[in-house]
Amino acid sequence: MVAPTDATQHDAYRIIFIHVPTAWMAMFLYLVMALWSALALGFQTRLSAMMAQAIAPTGAAMAFLALWTGAFWGRPTWGTYWAWDARMTSTLILLFLYLGVLALRNAIDDPRRADRACAVLSLTGAVNVPIIYFSVQWWNTLHQGSTISATAAPKMASMMLTGLLLMTFAVWFYCIAIVLGRVRTIILERERGTAWVAQAVTT
Amino acid sequence: MSEFFYMGGYAWYVWMAYGAFALAIVIEVLALRARRRRAIELLRATAAADNAPRARLNPARST
Repeated sequence: MVAPTDATQHDAYRIIFIHVPTAWMAMFLYLVMALWSALALGFQTRLSAMMAQAIAPTGAAMAFLALWTGAFWGRPTWGTYWAWDARMTSTLILLFLYLGVLALRNAIDDPRRADRACAVLSLTGAVNVPIIYFSVQWWNTLHQGSTISATAAPKMASMMLTGLLLMTFAVWFYCIAIVLGRVRTIILERERGTAWVAQAVTT
Repeated sequence: MSEFFYMGGYAWYVWMAYGAFALAIVIEVLALRARRRRAIELLRATAAADNAPRARLNPARST
């Protein structure tokens, strides 16, 4: 399958196939991390906190990629790699929130205390996600409004849309796979000292 | 083929974006694999040192 070249942006638009999926995943993963954090705080469940811990690095990678690919898309189309546009700035804050959660966990030795501190930070930062989402409507700065919505027909060619949806699902499943893979390792690291872990690695 | 890599003159932007994307995924997968191997090695070493792996029921130990 080959998507056609865009009439005004030519081949530069092809960055959309990684920019939009990574940006969506960066926001979505943050909400999932905040949800697991809320469960961890509310029910004191260790595995919920481990899930939140496993999501943070992938979320940070996705936020970074959304900004990076956005910069290399913005340069040929808007004439600049970076501007203090509402959506770009709020996405940069999202990246810093992810990095803050990662740094906070590294700074606290006791994992249960780190769970609680990271959960509080994650939940506080969750307010930023709707800000990113609605930023293109609330502030009329550089970033354009969304091309695809659930309520109206998409304003792009169907072949481009198919490619974009395909990439979205690919990035989605990659994130699920890497997060579950990471949580398996985190369980081994944090549950060391239990009999079942010792058995699992020796047999 | 060279037309594909030329990307209509946008090669720098398109391939910097896709290159970073591919690099990030490769780094993340390799880093996780290394982390998992380290964890398992450490656990095996601890289990070997204990010699008789007795059941320790309290899991609350530091990461």
